Amino acid sequence: MSKAGITVATADPPAPAVRRLPRRRGIELALIVLAVLLSVYGYCAVGLAQHGTLPPGAAGYGAGLGVLALLAHLAVRLRAPHADPLLLPIGVLLNGLGLVLIYRLDLETPGDRAAPAQLIWSTLGVTLFILVVLLLRDHRVLQRYTYVCVVAALVLLTLPILFPAVNGARIWIRIAGFSIQPGEFAKVLLAVFFAAYLAANRNALAYTGRRLWKLQLPTGRVLGPIVAVWLVSVGVLVLERDLGTSLLFFGLFVVLLYVATGRTGWIAVGLLLAALGAVAVGRLEPHVHSRIETWLHPFASIEAGEGPNQLAQSLFAFAEGGMLGTGLGLGHSVLIGFAVKSDFILATAGEELGLAGLSAIFLLYGLLVERGYRAGIELREPFGRLLAVGLSSLVALQVFVIAGGVTGLIPLTGMAMPFLAQGGSSVVTNWAIVALLVRVSDSARRQYDGPGTR
Amino acid sequence: MTRHIRHAGVFCALLLVALLLNAARVQVVQAPEYDRNPANRRPDIARYEEPRGDILVDDRPVTGSRDTREHLRYERTYTDGPLYAPVTGFASQLYGTTLLEKAEDGILSGTDPMLAPFPLWNDFTRARSRGGDVVTTLDPAAQRAAYKGLAGHKGAVAALEPSTGRILALVSAPSYDPQPLSGNGAAATKAWRRLNVDPDRPMLNRAVRQTYPPGSTFKVVTTAAALDAGVVRDLDAPTGSPEPYTLPGTRTRLTNASRGCRDASLREAFTLSCNTVFAKLGVEVGATDMTATAHAFGFNDPALRIPFPVARSTFDTSLDQAQLGLSSIGQYNTRATPLQMAMVAAAVANGGQLREPYLVERTVRPGGSTLAASGPRAVRQAMYPSTAVRLRALMREVVENGTGRRAAIRGAKVGGKTGTAQHGLGNSGTPYAWFVSWAQGDRDLAPRVAVAVIVEEAEADRGDISGGGDAAPIARAVMEAVLAHQR
Repeated sequence: MSKAGITVATADPPAPAVRRLPRRRGIELALIVLAVLLSVYGYCAVGLAQHGTLPPGAAGYGAGLGVLALLAHLAVRLRAPHADPLLLPIGVLLNGLGLVLIYRLDLETPGDRAAPAQLIWSTLGVTLFILVVLLLRDHRVLQRYTYVCVVAALVLLTLPILFPAVNGARIWIRIAGFSIQPGEFAKVLLAVFFAAYLAANRNALAYTGRRLWKLQLPTGRVLGPIVAVWLVSVGVLVLERDLGTSLLFFGLFVVLLYVATGRTGWIAVGLLLAALGAVAVGRLEPHVHSRIETWLHPFASIEAGEGPNQLAQSLFAFAEGGMLGTGLGLGHSVLIGFAVKSDFILATAGEELGLAGLSAIFLLYGLLVERGYRAGIELREPFGRLLAVGLSSLVALQVFVIAGGVTGLIPLTGMAMPFLAQGGSSVVTNWAIVALLVRVSDSARRQYDGPGTR
Repeated sequence: MTRHIRHAGVFCALLLVALLLNAARVQVVQAPEYDRNPANRRPDIARYEEPRGDILVDDRPVTGSRDTREHLRYERTYTDGPLYAPVTGFASQLYGTTLLEKAEDGILSGTDPMLAPFPLWNDFTRARSRGGDVVTTLDPAAQRAAYKGLAGHKGAVAALEPSTGRILALVSAPSYDPQPLSGNGAAATKAWRRLNVDPDRPMLNRAVRQTYPPGSTFKVVTTAAALDAGVVRDLDAPTGSPEPYTLPGTRTRLTNASRGCRDASLREAFTLSCNTVFAKLGVEVGATDMTATAHAFGFNDPALRIPFPVARSTFDTSLDQAQLGLSSIGQYNTRATPLQMAMVAAAVANGGQLREPYLVERTVRPGGSTLAASGPRAVRQAMYPSTAVRLRALMREVVENGTGRRAAIRGAKVGGKTGTAQHGLGNSGTPYAWFVSWAQGDRDLAPRVAVAVIVEEAEADRGDISGGGDAAPIARAVMEAVLAHQR
């Protein structure tokens, strides 16, 4: 690969011999320090607002987060020196902010301390990040495990059926006091599978098979396995009543199919299927039906004299925040009730940080996604491109579905806000996604460097 | 493939834009509407997050705040709740606020923009100022005397300082303790229900929110009108009134409770409280002048606030002669709040000038610096000064020789007028006992206090009910309490 690069470059005299991209590890370090400082600042602000004193654990919290972030940075410096310098700091900042918000909400709900557990999970997540960066020298290795991934994903998805439902959804397994949401891990594995399969079969998908009106239908042998996997996963999720994740998988599938084949028709088919599915599920499934009703009339329960529902409380919280927010620790997000640390944690961000803070959080996610897409565009081989696009799209879709849900843009589907929300599986998974994006972006930017830079 | 990745990227960007626009919609455009939603508890929580400012009587707070450590954190407390309830009202987390708590809510709760260190400061910082205090004009001794005097009765007392309009006492009986209403628990609900079904209506502020037929006390107004209009020039000249007096255009014959009213002079008629003479005088003055005088005293004014609104006292403006005659002795559609009748006495005591009554001396910041001081309000000339001088003499005679002897205070000039108001269907109700008066200490240059007292359903035989018997001693106690203060 690098030899070919050199021949091309030298054949073109006015261009420099190699286009050497700056590595910018120093910038990454500076941004990480900034992210840690911002999180510690938020932590202190919560303590000052609630008790008038600095919280006793501020130094420990800052040191812990700082050490974790620095170790991750060292791993990147060592094994992925060309990686995009924004990915890791965004992860640190979002994770740190999530810890602050969860700590802040812990103060309102004395019986339920979630921040320590979240800190442990974050440590695990960063450890996984470091391991992936250190051990996975080339993302293309993953292509070898295409079918391992899909089997593992399906197993993880079906596992919770054996466990009792929690809050109406069978998406948890409980082992030794820990509850794990295997669907979270499954989404990374599925993204890897979709990317690998589509990368291997994209020509067959795009150019073989019969033509039906404007749509080129691929042969069943090529399309069959992937549709089967997708149908099984969505079907399982519907059984488990995890509609948010099934929507996520559907979106991921359509996006990757479109990018791999370049056929706009797939989007049309996808949208049509999505619409049909939405109408069918909305009609038949009472749980979903009530959520759509709630979305259309968020204040109906107030008019009915039953008091505000969660969505109404969430909207009240956002409204209270206004432009600049009430300030960390000064809102009343506990009124939102249960799920305030997971599904509805964004409402606390909106209330206490205001539209300014909320927009900043959205833009951070947007930046993370954009950096992922950029790596995908810069890469030359299809698996890496699809992997980068798939992982970034996972983040984008998940943020949209959950943020759109709690702000009343779309019907609510319970899902965890990446990095922010309480939930161990989610934090670990998102760190894995960032690790893979770091790895992919390292490959993407290394292509430009000459030989010997490895 | 690159092109399609870009397309997918644009799609993600559109999702982001949708989120941002929707967040702006919720947090900026719709926010005021959401904030106003009655199910939104946040405004309530913010309201009770800080202790409320206090209401001060004689520079001592009669209210307080209790930290409940609940969501709605601070609850109102009251010292001497029943004594000051007709002034403070209540401040309840469930049932809102009334009276001063309501009228001065902006100051007390800290939302008044005047409390902010700079204009728009609080809007910008989202801070809420600490509540300011409200200093009342009340004289605690007078208030206590009135409250004690009314104990066991239904009724009300209003006392004013004639030269300024400061309200010195405002009592309604039976009263209630506003404290149990402060919170939001079951106790508050229970207290609210109990107070609302009580047939004695303890939460009714009889001094300012209830109107009564003023009965003979209204003869002060009729006298002022007759003297101002020149219908009577000599207090001692016979008025040529028959007894009984047949109301013009009817066969209704008006009689008197006391003898000696036939052809009595105004001085005699005032002292004896002759219905016949005053009905005839009112008819002679005519509807226009009677209405004008009543209006000058404050009748028919719907806008009176002290600073909470006072019920409108009425003198009917479209009357035939017979109705005018009845109205002139405080019957028919004539109705007055006790505060209104105190204003009548105060106007007489103040040389014919009526000062609008007020209850809030000043409002102060938490530190104690003055925010706003009320000072005496607009003056209204209720009658000529010469008329006031003659009315004062008439009222003093009532106390010295007439029906108001029980209001006399040793070493002080006291003027008064009794009243016994018929009411109910065919005058079947137990009459109301009225007394309006003013008092001037021996070292005072002008009257220091004007009082109106009404006692409903006085515990006496029907025949004995009279302003002089039941209401005058209460008025005396209030006036003594005020005069006892050395200035």
